[in-house]
Parts: sequence; C-alpha cells; structure tokens
Amino acid sequence: MPITCEFEYHKPKSLLEALEVLARDGKNASVLAGGTDLLVWMKEGVRAPSAVVDVKGIGELHRLEIVDGALLAGACVTFTELLESAAVRDSLPLLWECSRTVASVGVRNRATLVGNICSAVPCLDSASALLAYEASVLVEGPVSRQIPVTQWFLGARETAIRAGELVTGLRIPLPDRKSGTCYVKLGRYRGEDLAQVGVGILALEGREYRIAFCAVAPAPARAARIERLLHGHDLSAELIRQAQQLVSEEIHPITDIRASREYRLHMAKIMLGRGLRAAVERLAGGGPALGESVI
Amino acid sequence: MNRLAIGFRLNGVAREVEVEPGDTLLEMLRDRLGIKSPKTGCDRGDCGACTVFLDGRTVRSCLVLAAEADGCDVVTLEGIAQIPGPLLRELAGHNSFQCGFCAPGVVLSALELLLAKPHPTRLEIQEAIAGNLCRCTGYTSIIEGIKAACGADAARDEAGPGGPAQTWGSALPIIEAACGADARTPPQPNSKGARP
Repeated sequence: MPITCEFEYHKPKSLLEALEVLARDGKNASVLAGGTDLLVWMKEGVRAPSAVVDVKGIGELHRLEIVDGALLAGACVTFTELLESAAVRDSLPLLWECSRTVASVGVRNRATLVGNICSAVPCLDSASALLAYEASVLVEGPVSRQIPVTQWFLGARETAIRAGELVTGLRIPLPDRKSGTCYVKLGRYRGEDLAQVGVGILALEGREYRIAFCAVAPAPARAARIERLLHGHDLSAELIRQAQQLVSEEIHPITDIRASREYRLHMAKIMLGRGLRAAVERLAGGGPALGESVI
Repeated sequence: MNRLAIGFRLNGVAREVEVEPGDTLLEMLRDRLGIKSPKTGCDRGDCGACTVFLDGRTVRSCLVLAAEADGCDVVTLEGIAQIPGPLLRELAGHNSFQCGFCAPGVVLSALELLLAKPHPTRLEIQEAIAGNLCRCTGYTSIIEGIKAACGADAARDEAGPGGPAQTWGSALPIIEAACGADARTPPQPNSKGARP
C-alpha cells in the first residue's frame, strides 16, 4: 500500500531547527523517529501530514545515560539500544523486560521508546514500566515541560502533547531501594504479538508495590487500590487473592478481535498473582530469570 | 512534489537515486533498483518479508522512507548470497524453505543473530526469527538449518567437503564488511543532502 499523502521531508540537524518546522506546520507536521507506527498510519490514511520531521539527525536525542540517579533516554533511542544497555538491564529491569516483548527484532531495531508513548496505543508494553518507575516525559516547544507519565496518557492514541511540541526524551528515576520486578504479557502466542493484557510489577524493599496495567483500558494506568491493599504487607496467598478480587475494579477491558473481556479479566488476575510472586522472589535474589515468562 | 536526491551504499556499491518523499525503502529497492529479494508481504511490519540490513541491523524496509536511507549502508540478500558461508549452505541442505517467500527475511534475521552470537540456543534462534512469518514449513526445518550453520551440528561439517575448517568464523569478516561494519569506507550522504 503506497503512501499517497504529499508531504515535505525535513531532517533537521538541531532541536531549534526541528521546533521551527513544528511551530510553522503545527498539527500538520508529524515527527518521525522509528517510523514503525507513523508509516503504517500514513499508508492507512490515518495520518496525512504536510511535513514529516525526521529527528534522527539531532545528536542529543540519541543519548542514553544515567544522570543524577535517573536514566535519560532520548527520543531516538530504540528498543534494541535499551536491550543492549547493561545500565537498563541492571538498574531498570522492568523496562528491560517490557522492551524485550515489543514486536520483533526487526521492529525493535527501529522503533523507539518515546515513539511508543507518543503513539499511545492502549497495548503499549513500555507503559507499565514507565508508570511503575514514575518517569517524566521531557517536552520542548514554546515552553519546556516535564510531564509525569501518569498525566501523559489521556486515552487511546491521545497524549498530553500540544501542537508545536516535541518530546525530546524520558527521565526515568532509578529506584532508591532494592527492587524486584516482573512484566507479564499475554499474547495469542509467544513471539511477536500485541498484548491482550500486560501487567508490570515493581516490588520495593520495605513492602511497597507498584503495579501498572496495559491493554485493558483506553490508557495504561497504575492500580492504586491494589497498591494500597498490599502496602506494608508481606505477600500471602490470602493477600494475593484479595488483590485479585480488586482487579475488576481497576481495569476495564473490552472484547475485540484478539480476546474477550471475560478472558482478559480472568487472565489479568492470574497474571497479577504470578507477577507479584515473581517480583518478590526476584527482590529476594531468586525467582525466574529476567525475561522468562511466568504464564 | 519535491524530489529528493539521496546517496547510500547498496551491497557495497555507492548509489545515487532521486526519490519522492513518500517512497519507502522497499519500493525504491524493488521498483527503481531491481533488488527483488525483499518482498511486499503485509506492508505493515508484521511479516518480515521486506527485511534488509540498514547500517548493519535488520529493518522492515516497508516501514522506512527511502529518504531515511541517505548516507546509510543497505545490504540485501543479494549481497549476502555472494558470501560463501555455512548459513545458506545449511539452509539449503536442510530443505529449510518451500516457497521461499520468507527466505530473505529469515536469512538476514539469522545472520544478524549469528553476527552477535555465534552459538545461540534454540530459544534464541526462535526469538531472532520470530518476526518472520513462514506459512509453509512450521519453522522446524528453518531452525534446524540455522543450528547447523552455527556449528551446533558439528558432525555434519566434519563429514562434508571442506571439513571442520568451514565454520562460521571464517566468513565473519566478509559478512561484517558487507553489512557496513567496516568503518574504513563509510558511505557518504548525497552532497546536497536529503533536502529538497
């Protein structure tokens, strides 16, 4: 399917140059990083930009480094780069484990973490890690903004970005305590597939738990009720059962071509239970190897 | 519409092409340059049939604009096929493919894995080729072929012509050069740049 819309291709060398194009073309401009969503949308006619701004020529958007206790991941950092980073694997294992389940190698070589949150499809794997680590979205435009990722996702394919703005990267704070994590993804088969349900769990030393679901509501979100229930407690079979009962209050899955609402609800409970156990086991230095599926 | 002049290296040879902004890398390779190994399958990044190497990494050429290849190193199966090595030999020997439509993507994906990890596990092979849909084989013959190529099937190598010397290692520098890992001759972007 060819791209039929006519557009101008820009490849700015600096952030300033990129922001000028975005300021001029506003909503008619589309930012291109990995292109693995944008090109599909342009082929389908979902997007018909008059200007495409390829930001891969902007050096600073490729940075991936830990600064002042947080990982700074530029807008051009691909999932492959995250997976090949020892710092990500060691310090932000939940992000690493999520990234590993995104599409396939050939897509991950191109697709970016920032592109993932800008596309904001409900099943994005990376959201549960970003929500659990309480990341901030770094935005440049008429004014510079840092938007907590909890306020970023407004709905399916809807984010807090405004016309003329560019997401330059993400700031992901490293946990200040020892932690254990687990990302559990349900697909139709193991391998390349979109999530039917995804849940990311971060268990922090001191019996604090952060839990975020994706693919079970228009936007990914933290499960505040479950977190409150677990807070301060060691996991027990009874506590996990109570947490599972709260799942239907936390998530709002729909029936679609990939799964029914009932199946998603049922599996979300099982995935929460197994994910919690795995995260706590990993916190204690054991548990399944990172990246090993628990379902 | 403004045409863009781009320059890149294709299978080791410098090329200059004029493209439309909306042309994909796949369209340029197939329709303009006669490179037919990447196929138009799903045309949305799911099936892997359009896979090529872009700066040493596999990408979905249906999801890359031709303009994005300016200054890059593009390697397709046509380039890889010139390299004598165990991968193509073992895939052929194991009857890994039937119709062959997925073969370019599978070969390049396997090559990318073996360049990074010469002795992968079966699971790692499965994960590496996961984005390549094959509707003929059920994948088993493909995985067996790749396993044999990386020396897991050493007995076969020893029995065959050339013996154990024909291992993956000897082909590695040639493959790396073809894939653009040889930094001595980096491709040059078109002097005018990919701007109108």
